[in-house]
Parts: sequence; C-alpha cells; structure tokens
Amino acid sequence: MSDIVLEGRDLTRHYEVRRGAFRPAATVKALNGVSFKLNAGKTLAVVGESGCGKSTLARLVTMIESPTSGELEIDGETVTKSSKELRRKIQIVFQNPYGSLNPRQKIGDILEEPLKINTSENAKARRAKAHEMLSRVGLRSEHYERYPHMFSGGQRQRIAIARALMLNPKILVLDEPVSALDVSIQAQVLNILADLQKEFGLAYLFISHDLSVVRHIADEILVMYLGKPVEFGQAETVFADPQHPYTAALLSATPMADPEREKKRIPLTGELPSPLDPPPGCPFNPRCWRAEEKCRIEMPKLEPVAGQEAACFFPLSVAKSEAA
Amino acid sequence: MTHVEADKPGMHQEPDAAEASQTTASAPKRRSGLAEFWYYFSQNKGAVIGLCVFLAIIAIALLAPVLAPHSPTVQNRDALLLPPAWQDGGKAAYLLGTDPVGRDVLSRLMFGAQFSLFIGVAVVVLSVSSGVILGLIAGFFRGWIDTTIMRVMDVILAFPSLLLALVLVAILGPGLVNAMIAIALVLQPHFVRLTRASVLAESEREYVTSARVAGASRFRLMFVTILPNCLAPLIVQATLSFSNAILDAAALGFLGMGAQPPTPEWGTMLAEAREFILRAWWVVTFPGLAILITVLAINLMGDGLRDALDPKLKRS
Repeated sequence: MSDIVLEGRDLTRHYEVRRGAFRPAATVKALNGVSFKLNAGKTLAVVGESGCGKSTLARLVTMIESPTSGELEIDGETVTKSSKELRRKIQIVFQNPYGSLNPRQKIGDILEEPLKINTSENAKARRAKAHEMLSRVGLRSEHYERYPHMFSGGQRQRIAIARALMLNPKILVLDEPVSALDVSIQAQVLNILADLQKEFGLAYLFISHDLSVVRHIADEILVMYLGKPVEFGQAETVFADPQHPYTAALLSATPMADPEREKKRIPLTGELPSPLDPPPGCPFNPRCWRAEEKCRIEMPKLEPVAGQEAACFFPLSVAKSEAA
Repeated sequence: MTHVEADKPGMHQEPDAAEASQTTASAPKRRSGLAEFWYYFSQNKGAVIGLCVFLAIIAIALLAPVLAPHSPTVQNRDALLLPPAWQDGGKAAYLLGTDPVGRDVLSRLMFGAQFSLFIGVAVVVLSVSSGVILGLIAGFFRGWIDTTIMRVMDVILAFPSLLLALVLVAILGPGLVNAMIAIALVLQPHFVRLTRASVLAESEREYVTSARVAGASRFRLMFVTILPNCLAPLIVQATLSFSNAILDAAALGFLGMGAQPPTPEWGTMLAEAREFILRAWWVVTFPGLAILITVLAINLMGDGLRDALDPKLKRS
C-alpha cells in the first residue's frame, strides 16, 4: 500500500535511571525495537498492560521525545530534530481530559492556539475555524467563551479532540482517550472519533488497554509486552485467533457482557518483570505456560504466522495443527 | 472504525443539551473583560474596601500640593510640637498637630504618601519582574541553570532581610532610590522560589505537553502557557511585598539609610520623632497609622485580586 502516513522502524527509547550515589545508573528500555506502519484513514490499536511502552510510543510518535534509536517517518518524510513542519501532521489527544486543557485559557483560545503558532491566518479566520470545529465535535458556539472547568469530562475530551484537529493533521494519536470517561460517555466520544475519521480521512494510532473498545474501532492491532511488539495483525484475526500466548491471555481477561458465554480465562501467574532487568530470551517466558528451554535463551522475532505476525517460537496455531 | 452502539437512542447529544439549557437559564449574562473582572472582584467586600482606601490614598498623594494646608518642609517656630486640633492647646490650622520643628504633620503625611506609594510600586515591579523571570528560567530549564539560580537565592535568603538591605545601602550610599534597589533585591528570592515551585508543578501537566505538540516555542510555553497558571500565589506575595517594601523603606528611613531629611517619608518621620514618643504621641502615631492603613488596604485588595483572576472560582 502506498498511502502509509506513519511508519516506525525499530524504534527504541531508553531512560537512564539513577539509583543513588553508590550504584551505577540503570537503563530502562521502555521501548525496545518497535516497527509498525499506519495507513491513511485506518486505525492501528496498540494494546498491552501498564508499563509495556504504549505511552512512550505515543510520545515518540508525536515528537514530544526523540527516540534513542530507530527511525520515524511521517507522510514519507523522516523525522529529524528540526522537522517542525511535520508537527502539524500529527497531533495527540491525552487520556486525562482534566489535565490536558489549560485552565487559564478560554475554549476559543485553546482551539486557536495551534493556528496562532503555526499559521499566519488573521483573528477572524481563526475564530471562524474554531467555531466550525466546535460544532463538528458536537459543542455549541457559546462554549467558545467558557473556561475548561465549566465542562464535563466527555465535553472536555471533545474539546481536546477539536484542538488536535485544528491544524488538519493526517494522524491523530489517541492515548487512552476514553479510559478516564464514564462508559456512556465513552460511546459518545468514540462515535465522534469515528465520524471525524470518515470525514477527514484521519489515521488513528489508538493506544488503549481496554480491549472491548479496541475491538470496535481498530483495523489493525499491535500487542506489546515489555517494550516489544509480540503480535501484529488485522483486528478480526487477532481477536478471533490470537497467535501469541500473551495475546490469548489478554483477550481471555476481557470481561464480556454475556453470562451464557463459556469463560475460558487463561490465568497468568507472576508480575510484569521489571523493565530494569528484563528476563533473558523471550520477555514473556517467566509467565508463559508454553515456555520451553529455547524461550529462556533466545529472543523470538516478529514473524508471519497464520495471516498475522507473532514473536513466538510456539505460536498457538502451530500447536493446534499439531494436535489435530 | 465502526460506530459503537450507544446504550440509549439519541444519547449522543442529549447530556450536554440538557446541561446547556440549565446553564443558560441560570447563568448571569456573559460579561466581557473588565466588566467580568469587576463583577467577581466586587463579590469580595474586603477587597472593595481595600480598593477604596487605596484609591483614596493615591488621590491624596496626587493631590497633596492642592490639599495640604501647609508646605511639608516649612518650619514654623511659633508652633513647635502642637497637639492635634481636638486636644487642649491644639490649633485648627494644624489638624494633626506639628512635629518638633514646627512642620504640619498632616501635610507631611500627604506628601509622604507620594514617596511611600512610589517605593511600594517600584520595589514590587522590580522584584516581581526579575523574580518571576528567574524563577521561570530555573523551573523550566532545570539542570545547572536551576541549581545556580536557586543557590544564589538561598544565599540572599540566608541573610536577615533588613541587615542585607542595610549593607547594600551602605555600599550604594544612602538615599531613597538606593534603598528601593536594596529592598527589591531582598524581596526578590521569594518570587523566584514561588515561581519555580509552581512552574515545576505546572510543567508536568498535560496541557503543557499539548501546547508543545502544537508547536509552541519555549518562550510561549514559559510566558503564555505556564506563567498564567502560576499567578495565584504570586499575586498574594506581590501585595504582601508591597506592604513589606513600605515597611522596609520605613525601617531604612528610621535607621537613617533611606529617605534623607527633610523628605517627608513616613518611616523617616517616625525616626525623627522617636525622641518625643512619650511627650507627643501624635508625631509617631499618625505616620504609623498611615503605614498600617495603607498596608492593610493593599493586602485586602490583593486577596480579592487573586480570587477575581482565578477562572476556577468563576461560575459558568
């Protein structure tokens, strides 16, 4: 496909952590070799539990931080430190709508700020655009003059979305955009996001730990574990037929609103290993029920398995066919 | 991306439509700019009283040449240490009495208001502007810049403020302007610390990150995005400093390091009259009251100012 708007190649991000005066600084590999592609108008969901590097990925992609190594390409252009123009093409919506709006700015000023910084449009044109965007996200013109604290969480999140869209970006990074919201408001916000995607042809990088939300909106899914992608594929196939044991466990843990349905929960033992000291071999091996000697020594690579990609020596489909 | 089915039909828009009709019904008419500021400021009675008193003092200071019954420096040999008009031996011409060399206390207070207000304004402007800029730089850039600035401020804070001001005046030479510079320097670390602390807390917030993603320059991030959110403690500190500046200038004047006689500065007036505290209460009481009332008015006003400038305290 030629209309790739965002591509990450082997992105890594390491943080130095000081551990006091007498011990050497440690390195946290928050992101450890992530590659992905995002097509125009599509949604790529990044899922995983806390601490797997989802938000670090969002910060790299939106150029808030620069990667330790690896390349990021936005709309065919490689991101360097000086690529200010590329900022306009990628915007972000944060998880917490209570923290992401400046409490001292009126909604109008919040919406116009990106235009003020990046374009030379006059005040009148900016105002018109802000009003237009307000109505796009289902708010009314009189909200223009109000302050963020006068709005509910869902309304604030819509304002945050409106602000992200003011510059007509091609890509929107959604960092858990609905996890701070009430379930009924989640649907509202997700519907608005779906409408906007159709209207503007936006590509979404949707970061979430809520698989029931991801199931509805994702075209493709990237499952991450401890800073590494473990599975990648079309949303339907990943949900229907997960290949990596971690994905399977993650999916089995999603609550279903269907008491009739048989529950086959795969319980995982142990904690997420410390990223300061990841286990050798496959990062998932201490918690994996299928782990063998090879998993503890060698790091599996992301390889095509049954229509998707998984980083596992013993993907689930192989086991099934062997058993059959 | 498919549509998520909402639980109820039409709930897509409903909640905020209901909310909106409620707010438009009960909300007072939207005011703009100054009118809005005044509306919220006037909610605080103390602040309004403070403002009135402060405005009165300003008016007196400006109109001193017209209002004052006598010249502040002319000595009248016939009226040494006259008590206020309502006491035995007082004269109606000298409403608040005269000082040991026969100058009218009321006139000197009126002209003194000019100096005291000027000291307050100049010192606060100087220390707030330098303090806020240093604090912003320290909090925003962190690292060695932060360490350097903050250690210097710690050194300044380690000295008793009046002592340091005295030393500075001794170096620069006595006089009102030098006293103001010294006081500003002594008050400024408080602003640096306050600003830095607020900046550190605010720059972690996501709205700062989103301004950065929108492409805001460092300058814009510092002054447009972060600084307005750090204002609340700064306003209070500024009004406190205003009164502090007047008091410190009075103290320096009292010690003979500030305004030089015959300048009718309030602190200097106190200093000149201290020998007569027991014999003539009015020569010390009235300048003291003038300082007290001014300081109180400014502090009350500062309180209201902070509340009126905080959008979180505004209703709809």
